Amino acid sequence: MANIPQKVVHDYLRHDKKFPHVWCAGCSNGIVLGSIIRGVASLDIHRDDIVMVSGIGCSSRMPVYVDFNTLHTLHGRAIAFATGIKMHKPHLKVIVVTGDGDCTAIGGNHLIHAARRNLDLTVILINNNIYGMTGGQASPTTPHEAFATTAPYGNIEPDFDICQLALGAGATHVARTTAFHTQEVQKMVSDALTHPGFSLLEIVSACPVIFGRLNKKGGPAQMMKDMRDNSIPLSAVDKLPPEKREGKIIRGTLRKEIMPEYTERYADLVARVAAMGEEA
Amino acid sequence: MPKAKLESQKKAPKTKAKVAEVEVKVPGPLEELEQKHERKNVLMQGNEAVAYGALDAGCNFFAGYPITPSTEIAEILARELPKRGGTFIQMEDEIASICAIAGASLAGAKALTATSGPGFSLMQEGIGFAKITETPCVVVNVQRAGPSTGMPTSPSQGDIMQARWGSHGDSPAIVLYPDSVKESYELTIRAINLSEKYRTCVVLLLDEVIGHMRESVLLPDLRKTRVISRIKPNVPPHWYKHYDKDQKYLSPLASYGEGYRFHVTSLTHDALGFPTNKAAEAAEMMARLRRKITYNIRDLVQIESHQMEDAKIAIFAAGITARSAKAAVAIARSEGIKLGLLRPLTIWPFPDEAVRKMLQDVEAVIVPELNQGQFIREIKRLTRDKSEGNVVGLTKVNGQMLTPNDILRKVKEVM
Repeated sequence: MANIPQKVVHDYLRHDKKFPHVWCAGCSNGIVLGSIIRGVASLDIHRDDIVMVSGIGCSSRMPVYVDFNTLHTLHGRAIAFATGIKMHKPHLKVIVVTGDGDCTAIGGNHLIHAARRNLDLTVILINNNIYGMTGGQASPTTPHEAFATTAPYGNIEPDFDICQLALGAGATHVARTTAFHTQEVQKMVSDALTHPGFSLLEIVSACPVIFGRLNKKGGPAQMMKDMRDNSIPLSAVDKLPPEKREGKIIRGTLRKEIMPEYTERYADLVARVAAMGEEA
Repeated sequence: MPKAKLESQKKAPKTKAKVAEVEVKVPGPLEELEQKHERKNVLMQGNEAVAYGALDAGCNFFAGYPITPSTEIAEILARELPKRGGTFIQMEDEIASICAIAGASLAGAKALTATSGPGFSLMQEGIGFAKITETPCVVVNVQRAGPSTGMPTSPSQGDIMQARWGSHGDSPAIVLYPDSVKESYELTIRAINLSEKYRTCVVLLLDEVIGHMRESVLLPDLRKTRVISRIKPNVPPHWYKHYDKDQKYLSPLASYGEGYRFHVTSLTHDALGFPTNKAAEAAEMMARLRRKITYNIRDLVQIESHQMEDAKIAIFAAGITARSAKAAVAIARSEGIKLGLLRPLTIWPFPDEAVRKMLQDVEAVIVPELNQGQFIREIKRLTRDKSEGNVVGLTKVNGQMLTPNDILRKVKEVM
């Protein structure tokens, strides 16, 4: 891993502007933001060339704090806005920061179609299993039988496996880790940013104040420990007996494949049309 | 479409550093001949006129979703934009389409989408986004009969109020309304120009009949067509204010990737673009959105006054209904009836001043429209000291047009 100066996070924050941040004590979002910044800093990308786009929700408040080109949009629509930016200026690195509700409920349609096109976006999905900003309603990733303010008797719905959803839609780079594994987040962010195509990075996170309280998960520290103890690296999955794999979060890169990227395909089309014009 | 026009488009104007309005470069003698040759009469549909108007105004980004009766606009741009290095993308729905054009615009594109009623309903949140964030873009709504799926290939003027009030929250709107194929071309250019100048979402309302009607059109000379591009900031990034209150609310707009690294949010924001809950800053933002329109009302409002000089009875109508009204005026005049027509090309902001004058000058006003009475509410709002009884509505919502005879019959009832 590249050498990153210690205070690099400060350098990338708009610290004179909109701090303190809106996140609750114990929230994973700040940890993830730190890892994203370190991941970006480890690469040779100028911050003028980075656009961070988000929708609505706790994680979607991230762009305001960080010194990139930043865009905070409508609930669920971050990927659609990002599509416009990327298609008009393909040289920009477009990072979408989103959550489980924002990206897989209201914005699910945009997620699957951006994945299908293999548009070079880096979607960082912070999955806290709940709608935090609106106070704890059930999301598509709220586990079956878990409690939420709109599931007061326990959630009767099955939950989404976000990575499987992205894989099914054709995403060419899919990875998952947790907010506990900060080094892994950093590595995966830089991997995703350098991947020429659509990448989805799911970061399982802790929402102790709302999800944790409704489901008696203990405090922030306990939820951190749970992320450590309840997750296993992809490389270890095959070595473990099935009972030890049950209910675990599998961390690792689930797919990384180079396929034709959408803006490149479009550039090819433009070149092809231009050649047709010259022949005529 | 003749090829020469496409060539001239390639020599699109370059923005000067400080000036927003730029004249198209005068071409050399050879190019001039070419242009003269290509500006002959062409048979063209309203939707085609919109597509070519968009290209001539410098539109280089289209995101859309198929919907009758607007689809030809997308089809033409899918063919033409790649030829000019522009971007065409068919999105997964209309919500994605409006969001994609807003994103592209923030990255510097001149962006447009086209749709019809159901899609226009889906786009309303995105239109609100473009308004609050002051992001230039154009939405063309080729209206069809509603509500809901309605009659996809039948005309209606049912979206007049939706175009004004469709998006939640209180915000002003700029909405243009052509009455012919030629004017569809002209007003598309104007819609893009106004969106760039006023940094907002401009809506172009077309009637289904105009979108699909073919007319012989002599397109205006490109050299005389004024193309406006947004003003770019000329200050270093640390001085840049995304919402600068100087310059009559027409402040410069940086694009992503140019070193300005600004923040855009659909939350209520301060002059730098950062979210705020402070009452004073929120009030200032709202005032700014409103004043941007009200301070520039003379630039925005366009109205055609047809045979109004000595008129005793006036018709107030827009779009295809104004075409019928014009025919009604001709017939009435041949019979010695002093009938005139007031036709708004800009329907929002509403042409209050012209309508007040009309109400003073004539004995009665007839308001024919293909809805259950939308324009007439605005006219009655302006009657105040005159009797509302002098303002008579004429509506039709069965998917058919109002004919000149329908209008003439109403005129004779009123006389």
